[in-house]
Amino acid sequence: MKTFTYIFKRSLILVVLFCSFTNSNAQTDTTKFIQRIPADTSKQKLNMDAVYNRPFLTAGKLPIAIGGYLEANTQYAQTDGISDGFSFQARRFTLFFSSTIAKKIKFLSELEFEDGTKEINIEFAAMDIEFHPLLNLRGGIVMNPIGAFNQNHDGPIWDFIDRPISALTIIPSTLSNAGFGLHGKYFVKRWILGYEAYLTNGFDDNIISNEDNRTSLAAGKRNPARFEESNSGLPMFTGKLAIRNRKIGELGISYMTGVYNKWKQDGLILDSKRSASVLAVDFNTSLIKNRLNITGEVAKVFVDVPETYTQQFGTQQFGGYMDIVGTVLKREILGWDNAKLNVGVRLEYADYNQGSFKVTGGNIADDIWAIVPSIAFRPVGTTVLRFNYRYEQQRDLLGNPPALTGVIQFGFSTYF
Amino acid sequence: MNKKQLYILSTICLMVAIMVSCEKILPPEPAEYEILDGPVEGLSNQQSAQFLKGDIAFNDEIFTAQTGLGPIFVANSCGSCHAGDGKGHPFTTLTRFGQIDETGNQFLHLGGPQLQNRALPGFTPEQIPAGATFSKFTPPAVTGLGFLTFVSDADILAMADPNDADGDGISGVPNWIDVPAFVAIHQNAVSQGGKYIGRFGKKASVYDLLQQTVNAYNQDMGITSLFNPIDVYSGLEIDPEVSTQTIHNVVFYLQTLKAPIQRNQNDAQVIQGKNIFNQINCAGCHKPTLTTGYSPIAPLSYKTFHPYTDLLLHDMGSGLDDGYTEGNAKTYEWRTPPLWGLGLSPNSQGGQYFLMHDGRAKSIEEAILMHGGEATNSKMQYQNLSPADKDALIKFLKSL
Repeated sequence: MKTFTYIFKRSLILVVLFCSFTNSNAQTDTTKFIQRIPADTSKQKLNMDAVYNRPFLTAGKLPIAIGGYLEANTQYAQTDGISDGFSFQARRFTLFFSSTIAKKIKFLSELEFEDGTKEINIEFAAMDIEFHPLLNLRGGIVMNPIGAFNQNHDGPIWDFIDRPISALTIIPSTLSNAGFGLHGKYFVKRWILGYEAYLTNGFDDNIISNEDNRTSLAAGKRNPARFEESNSGLPMFTGKLAIRNRKIGELGISYMTGVYNKWKQDGLILDSKRSASVLAVDFNTSLIKNRLNITGEVAKVFVDVPETYTQQFGTQQFGGYMDIVGTVLKREILGWDNAKLNVGVRLEYADYNQGSFKVTGGNIADDIWAIVPSIAFRPVGTTVLRFNYRYEQQRDLLGNPPALTGVIQFGFSTYF
Repeated sequence: MNKKQLYILSTICLMVAIMVSCEKILPPEPAEYEILDGPVEGLSNQQSAQFLKGDIAFNDEIFTAQTGLGPIFVANSCGSCHAGDGKGHPFTTLTRFGQIDETGNQFLHLGGPQLQNRALPGFTPEQIPAGATFSKFTPPAVTGLGFLTFVSDADILAMADPNDADGDGISGVPNWIDVPAFVAIHQNAVSQGGKYIGRFGKKASVYDLLQQTVNAYNQDMGITSLFNPIDVYSGLEIDPEVSTQTIHNVVFYLQTLKAPIQRNQNDAQVIQGKNIFNQINCAGCHKPTLTTGYSPIAPLSYKTFHPYTDLLLHDMGSGLDDGYTEGNAKTYEWRTPPLWGLGLSPNSQGGQYFLMHDGRAKSIEEAILMHGGEATNSKMQYQNLSPADKDALIKFLKSL
């Protein structure tokens, strides 16, 4: 507790210092006293390292590094010819604080403000103790290692303004919970193997009782009490194995399972234990000397829904996405030495209710797919200006003619 | 102009071109006649605002355990049963249970008249009590209901022919029903022994859209209101779970949904089919044209419209007799369903037809062939049509 207090006090001092510099003289050259620590790209990294592999700033001998990112955009969306016009969106403002408390003891926190102050979340606040590269203890508010996007979601990394549908709804990124676990890595020549295994609090009954009107893990994480108690009184397990070859890419397989419902209260049995599980596979690879990057993730959800409940809430879901991004220009542009111009496309799909109607045997639809072409300009590695066009088709439960949506988006995302 | 300036100019031109072409590259609005939802023309700004509130309550409001759903129920929103305001799917077909005669439902104390066949986790759905008869009802389309509301009782009675005085084999009688106390009786309503003409529901057992809305909240979703505060599970009076204003907004929304618009009216085959429809006397019950009387909602007042119904009960024969009834309807009597919007039904039924009162007919032809009783003569004439004439008739019906 003392450590936490210490770190937050120091963080506060740092923020105040930053603010006072900015207020006193907007033209102050901060590079004179602030040191920029770029993301470490020299070592072999796995997706699981994403939380620490970010650019940070530090000032003088302060023991805390600070970082963060901002993303904002404008968009014009239209569904079946109906549009509510233009919107300007300040989607995320995120702050990171990290500190090496002592040798082999680290701390990092990530505080996110979504849509202004509509949602404020501590997405990560954990301490890591390294006993051995193969054995690290992590505890606090941790990101569940399910899929890849959940732990590697920073806006500036991506050439697409919207997060993947499946990474928001099938796997409800950013999913973090209070808990503890172990993680570690093993290196063999060009290979790197990693594992993560955590026990955390889990979802709640809202998975099958929500205004999304479908089975939704995202609805099951809206309860802020999940940081203080497990709704079911039982821990949720999340585990991941990943393997990376420097020449080929990374492949990860992850699994998460736990009881989500309040099956017992005050010693009284209210219902049977009902589980929610997710199996995910993720991959990424770089080809043609890193000029072509392919990233993707698929996930399958299994939820125990009572037989006598409504089929509006499905027992299985499936979804995924694949991003293909190519660098078409990498050179000095408008004074930026190493600017990049990328073109890419995202293909994505989510089926929120896999199965068939008991009464007719017909397929249950409730699905969505989208294709998103993108042009992104990266003047520097930490900043991206991106232009997307999104075309999306969404069908209701019955499989009626889909709602057609088009969205034109322009925005930026940058670490600072 | 140097290269750098050219880049900048090109980028600006590209951005402007994209902004200008927004409308061209975004999905267009479907034609008005291809969709069922949308308001009648001529609503005032205030009425449009109330329509929108009703639209949100009807299509977007999802009830959960926290907001009062159930604990036993059929669906968790109005929109679940009436996707796009169209006909429903067997997934949300209702089951009503009761008795075989017109003595009133004898099973109200056992959870009647409607079966809540789903339940929140930890609860058990309702079962049909021993001795009860039942019938399944597929949710109807909800468009154009305001027009049907304001057809005068006198006009409905004028279409009735209980003794088949004209000898065409078609009688047609109103369902005289008891009206709940919270319902206001319409101006110039006709009463018979303290009962009034029902015009909504498969058995015409519902007087108006307020009664229908209150019943649907209560019986379909287990949502109590000031009008019906009885919880379907416990049978006890509980606090309202939907506001009175929301009920009024939904009623207004249902009243002011536009009437379905016919498509391909000038197509030669459609015109031919319409003539056949009249020749084989389908129009004997499915009256093409009705008019409204006075309505406090100006766009619904004194309007001529084309619903293809007479709002009366007809004997449909033993094949459609489920042994269950409501009001003073016989078990084999069904209210003539409006045919408007028929061709758009697959757009709300998952790409298929589920027709007749319980969705048992999977095509328009199957539905025609299931007609019996007073419709037997028309059905036989249909069977004797040439394939070309049958096609024309079906095409006409799909144009509605």
